[in-house]
Amino acid sequence: MNGDMNTDRNTDAVNEKWAAAERAERTERAERVLELRGVGKDFRVRGRTVTALDGVDLRVSRGEFVCVVGASGSGKSTLLSLVAGLAAPTRGEITLDGAPVTGPGPDRGLVFQSASLYPWRTVERNVAFGLELLRLSKAERARRVDWYLAETGLAGLRNSLPGQLSGGQRQRVAIARALVCEPEVLLLDEPFGALDVQTKEDMQLLIRQVWQDTGTTVLMVTHDVEEAVFLGQRVVVLACDPGRVAAELAVPLPAERDLASKRTHAFLELRAELEDQVRAQHYGTAETDGATR
Amino acid sequence: MTGGSTSRPVQAGGVAVGRGAPRLERSGWPALPRRRVSRPSSRLTAIRTPISRRARSTLMVLSLLLPFLAWWVLSATAVVPPKVLPPLGATFEAGWQLAMSGELLTDLWASTERVLYGFGLAVLVSVPIGILMGTFLAGEALFEPLFAMLRYLPAPAFIPLFLVWFGIDEAPKIALVFTGTVFFNTLMTADVVRSVPRELIDVSYTLGARRGEVLRKVIVPHSLPGIIDSIRVNIAAAWALLVVAEVVSSTTGLGRSIMQSQRFQRIDEMFAVLLVIGVVGVVMDVALRLLRSRVGRWAA
Repeated sequence: MNGDMNTDRNTDAVNEKWAAAERAERTERAERVLELRGVGKDFRVRGRTVTALDGVDLRVSRGEFVCVVGASGSGKSTLLSLVAGLAAPTRGEITLDGAPVTGPGPDRGLVFQSASLYPWRTVERNVAFGLELLRLSKAERARRVDWYLAETGLAGLRNSLPGQLSGGQRQRVAIARALVCEPEVLLLDEPFGALDVQTKEDMQLLIRQVWQDTGTTVLMVTHDVEEAVFLGQRVVVLACDPGRVAAELAVPLPAERDLASKRTHAFLELRAELEDQVRAQHYGTAETDGATR
Repeated sequence: MTGGSTSRPVQAGGVAVGRGAPRLERSGWPALPRRRVSRPSSRLTAIRTPISRRARSTLMVLSLLLPFLAWWVLSATAVVPPKVLPPLGATFEAGWQLAMSGELLTDLWASTERVLYGFGLAVLVSVPIGILMGTFLAGEALFEPLFAMLRYLPAPAFIPLFLVWFGIDEAPKIALVFTGTVFFNTLMTADVVRSVPRELIDVSYTLGARRGEVLRKVIVPHSLPGIIDSIRVNIAAAWALLVVAEVVSSTTGLGRSIMQSQRFQRIDEMFAVLLVIGVVGVVMDVALRLLRSRVGRWAA
């Protein structure tokens, strides 16, 4: 008797647990914007097949800021171009909000290292490009463009041509131009790699501010570990040859970060650990290179 | 995976390359010979150094003035006989008379019209094909072999053929200007279009542009200044080919005017017409250059 009652209670508890787990999983799935499952990419180079990426699993939740670091040759940029839909994966699947990615679209805004602005368009009209394609009313377009120009500190440069801008300003335009389309995910491919250190820090603060103001999900690729730790909530380390996920670290730093955060003990520890990881993966290829030659 | 790093040696700041390689000896090398530092050259002869405004305008004036001065000296002192080099004054006199008789204007317009038709047609054909070739690999594969070959057929060699095909009216001249420029302009346009950065095209797709929009709103505007440059180069060839056609067979035009002057032994007239042809060329070039700097302010 006594035992039966206990069993019943246990069953209830188990059911309760199951239900909770299911609810949690359902919400987690809803929160998962971007998902890569077993993604691989091969290239044909002079008749040889080169595997750039292999078996990459990655999940990005809504509103998350994820940084991918890796030495050169780890397929970081290939990864982003697959997510952007500019190339198709050889293996595996990429889904955005549950739907498979089949090509490029404004739901995944992309910013390259070389801002890639339209040189004949003014700053304002560069930012407006995506909205012009949507045939919004002039007033609606202007309102949105103005907001992003102000957000990225470009209001005073709206009539300048890209050729008249500095490297940092050009990147601001590229970021504003991608964000004005309200992408589900903002993809950043080494966006600050060509900037001087001071401008780079300005831009890091800017992108954090924009991320917090807009709540956009960000997936950023960089070789700069410090940058990854400073910006990311999560850092993914890619290994080289073939590119694959070698490690994944949560960044347990407070959400509010400023440049002083880069000098805190926790930050330096994390940075050192990640740098070791990246270096290990880099040396890994150097050794295999030596062995095969 | 965090433990994975421990299996491999990680040296802070160390470089894996060269470990264990034997060290080479570097003692006993003679001192490198030192070069004398070159004397600072004047701004006028220094490589790619801006020169003063005055020096610049002086040189530009001299560039035109010197040849005319040499002409004047050579003909006035009769070192060169007037049958070879007419006096400067006589040339201008002859030009003035041609202009007053209205003959010059008629010829000038006849020639200009042919260039406009022939080269205009070539632009209308070559720019779209060039854009196709530079944008689609299929377009390149389809047109490149043929155009690359046709480009090497010298256009003047077609004159007899065109005379047979089109008679002696306007058609053979327009056809010659067209054939002589269309292939070059197509291939040059294709090159310009091919130089649109890949990333600019990729970024446009991620901003929601469709294929046609990428072509219209990215590839064409990016290529426009380069296309005008190519037109500027090829209109000079068009002009030259036209004069060739007119010299061979024509009843109007500047080329015919030169031939007629030859028949009457009017060297001064020949020189006058040559000068007019040169001036027309400069005017066309300056006009296209202005257009180019308006369209391509961003490309500088």
